[in-house]
Amino acid sequence: MAGNREFYYRRLHSLLGVIPVGIFLVQHLIVNHFATRGPEAFNRAAAFMENLPFRIFLEIFVILLPLVFHAVYGIYIAFTAKFNTRQYGYFRNWMFMLQRITGIITLIFVVWHVYETRVQAAFGAEVNYDMMANIVDNPIMLWFYIVGILSTVFHFANGLWSFFVSWGLIVSPRSQQVFTYITMIIFFAISIIGIRAILAFA
Amino acid sequence: MSENKTVRFIITRQDRPDSAPYEEEFVIPYRPNMNVISALMEIRRNPVNAKGEKTTPVVWEMNCLEEVCGACSMVINGKPRQACAALIDQLEQPIRLEPMRTFPVIRDLAIDRSRMFDALKRVKAWIPIDGTYDLGPGPRMPERKRQWAYELSKCMTCGVCLEACPNVNSKSNFIGPAPLSQVRLFNAHPTGAMHKAERLRTIMGDGGLANCGNSQNCVQSCPKGIPLTTSIAALNRDTTIQMFRDFFGSDEV
Repeated sequence: MAGNREFYYRRLHSLLGVIPVGIFLVQHLIVNHFATRGPEAFNRAAAFMENLPFRIFLEIFVILLPLVFHAVYGIYIAFTAKFNTRQYGYFRNWMFMLQRITGIITLIFVVWHVYETRVQAAFGAEVNYDMMANIVDNPIMLWFYIVGILSTVFHFANGLWSFFVSWGLIVSPRSQQVFTYITMIIFFAISIIGIRAILAFA
Repeated sequence: MSENKTVRFIITRQDRPDSAPYEEEFVIPYRPNMNVISALMEIRRNPVNAKGEKTTPVVWEMNCLEEVCGACSMVINGKPRQACAALIDQLEQPIRLEPMRTFPVIRDLAIDRSRMFDALKRVKAWIPIDGTYDLGPGPRMPERKRQWAYELSKCMTCGVCLEACPNVNSKSNFIGPAPLSQVRLFNAHPTGAMHKAERLRTIMGDGGLANCGNSQNCVQSCPKGIPLTTSIAALNRDTTIQMFRDFFGSDEV
């Protein structure tokens, strides 16, 4: 038993996906939604987030480290599965496969997005409405962002379901089914927020 | 008319554990109420393939012939199930038979399910009642609970749930749904519960519970209708409590 941390890593992976990474995602998309009220509203909101006290510590401990652990361990999980939806076309099996595929898409998207925004900011670029507007001015990038946002939100919503199962919070088949509906509503609601926000920059 | 009716089979064969598999076709005369086992027996009686060549009889395992022993599991038309309960009249032809490749193939359709029995030993899937003296009668089990536990006890270690699981494969050492559900069964028994923490700590270890990815293929595929995913979710709750108890709790055993 000693030396095998798989159980704890797996539980930590599940927890970090919701707290703090999932909560950060929702917060991020809601702040972005200020863009629908015009460039000034977005710039004011972005400036507020940028000027939060202890920002660098918040970024490292609330975003970067949890996200890196979740991503690295997630790659391991995704590549130990052997998809079989062709033989077993059940709903949950599809969700199992989509969870892993969207995880990989999300990772690619997030790495690119962080490079384009936070890393550029570290080199002196200013994060504001114009920065995003310039990025999504290219229709290919706009589509890349739309796919990335949908994939991220799906991974979060369905991951929320698995979080509740993995921690033993929903046990009965009925509760698991009801929670499937609830998480899909969450997927649609947050997707609308995210897509409205990105289109506000286009 | 009916005396000319035939049944067509495409069987994946393999001569040795390490040799390459190949397909062989068989056409056998139809009889009413045939199942896959009786068809395989027909091939054994007259091992001639569809081209009319004499071949070796197809090897498979069987025992109870009433879907309670789990020995005759194989992949029939793409789905893992028991050959004894697969009626020819209900199958689309040609009927494709393959071994359950999640397990090591011994020959043709015969596979080695040892890993499941090893897993049952690892999780102590039994109720320890032997001592050096008479331990006396154990605590009583409520009838309602006994009936519920009976459903979990129907597991015949047939391996279908492992075959269907996307996380049981050569890249992982996941023990699979069947032994996990047995942990819930034996932890629910009043005497078995005396070893509850020990069983939970075992499945919190190597290849254990955490490997479940909730594809839920197992519960859809189980021939005995065992609520495998409910068992896994219940164990998720039990291990969560065990984890906190082990870390924050007292030194009480």
